Amino acid sequence: MSQKTPLYDEHLAAGARMVEFAGWQLPIRYGSLVEEHRAVRERAGMFDVSHMTVVDIEGPGARDALRRLLANDVDKIRERGQAIYGCMLDENGGIIDDLITYRLDDDFYRMVVNAATRAADLEWIGRQLADFDARISERDDLAMIAVQGPEAVEHVVELLGAPEVAKLKPFRSLVHGDFFVARTGYTGEDGCEIILPNESAAETWRRLRERGVVPCGLGARDSLRLEAGLNLYGQDMDRETTPLESNLAWTVALEPTDRDFIGRAALERQKQAGVPRKLVGLVLSTGGIPRQGARVITDAGDGVVTSGGFGPTVERPVAMARIPAAAGDDVQVELRGRQLPARVVKPPFVRNGKPRAGVLDETPSE
Amino acid sequence: MSDIPSELRFAETHEWAELLEDGVIRVGVSDHAQEQLGDLVFVELPEEGEEITRGEACAVVESVKAASDIYAPVTGEVVSVNESLNDSPETVNSDPYGDGWLFTVKPADENELDELMDADAYGEHVSED
Repeated sequence: MSQKTPLYDEHLAAGARMVEFAGWQLPIRYGSLVEEHRAVRERAGMFDVSHMTVVDIEGPGARDALRRLLANDVDKIRERGQAIYGCMLDENGGIIDDLITYRLDDDFYRMVVNAATRAADLEWIGRQLADFDARISERDDLAMIAVQGPEAVEHVVELLGAPEVAKLKPFRSLVHGDFFVARTGYTGEDGCEIILPNESAAETWRRLRERGVVPCGLGARDSLRLEAGLNLYGQDMDRETTPLESNLAWTVALEPTDRDFIGRAALERQKQAGVPRKLVGLVLSTGGIPRQGARVITDAGDGVVTSGGFGPTVERPVAMARIPAAAGDDVQVELRGRQLPARVVKPPFVRNGKPRAGVLDETPSE
Repeated sequence: MSDIPSELRFAETHEWAELLEDGVIRVGVSDHAQEQLGDLVFVELPEEGEEITRGEACAVVESVKAASDIYAPVTGEVVSVNESLNDSPETVNSDPYGDGWLFTVKPADENELDELMDADAYGEHVSED
């Protein structure tokens, strides 16, 4: 039996097509995926992300525990409410999950991890943190709504009567009554993620809808994050890949050198030996849309599409692919027996609601 | 509730077929199918002159999220394809029974059309989905 979020009835009332995702009943789209996508790029849309797992880590050993657990360093956090993004690795440097960690107070951190990896994450965190003086609690009493788009912050400010939200820098958060509001998201647009009590979720969702914020499903969430060049766990990265092979070297804090995080030795070995593969963006003209699993032919050997689809804002097929590190920028994607020319570009494909300069020029001709 | 014109015949795989005056059959996807597929962003059509076989994949329609095969509702030779869909595949969503047609086919056996569902039978088929 799959679980229902506190917004389940709201989704049905709005005519959503529901799908099962990571054990949850969630909307894939309400009407047109492309219209939902555009609403986020041009105005404001909202997503029910209550399926995501919120884990609080509290206690005098919390900081040391997280400096061991995460490849990024929570000591980079300078002020209360600030967050870092990064990976939790196994001893081989393989990615167990990617997550955002907020420091709420000196001995109090909050992590938001993927629903699909919830059980494995909780087991791993519990095991690794056993020797630290820190308490782990899963907050299944909390729901989560992401409000995204150029007008998103304005809506949240007015909804909550909280002008301080407008002053939040990216990756900063604040507490407003029972609500936790962070300037984060998964769309490449400005916006907020609101973590709130389950019982407040439906009313908040309805009030955002009354303001004209467009409900968006998992379909638009995926096309938006793909255009924004944001990795999806389980597709673009997993236990078989390291952050260095996943375009996430920037999230690995190798300094200071005396911080012994899990996976460090493996990453240092890989770095020394040479990272064999890279995760890149691909842009195609037309002739078909690359999908996950499609073969990528390069001058340095084969690679594979990890995520692919049509980018409604760039108006062409885009993909992420893992290819040999030595591969050049002109590659081919195999699709239904044909080989389509593709160009390697550095993600993101879209920035501030517009196709990024360079992406359109790089599109190969047919 | 989706629109099901009474003059058309339908395959279980949601293609429609319409017999034109010159004995050629025009093929598209049903309103129900376009709703299920969502916004179409790419259509791959057969070649003119290509022989297609009833029940076999002969075209592909792609939404943002997924690719889906289109199956030939009858056996025959492709006469013409709707080239305008190359530039505006979304026409399949907005006008599935009109400007969003996919291709026409000269049937090897016109009687094959009778083996497809009529509008009432297709309506029942869709309600079981």
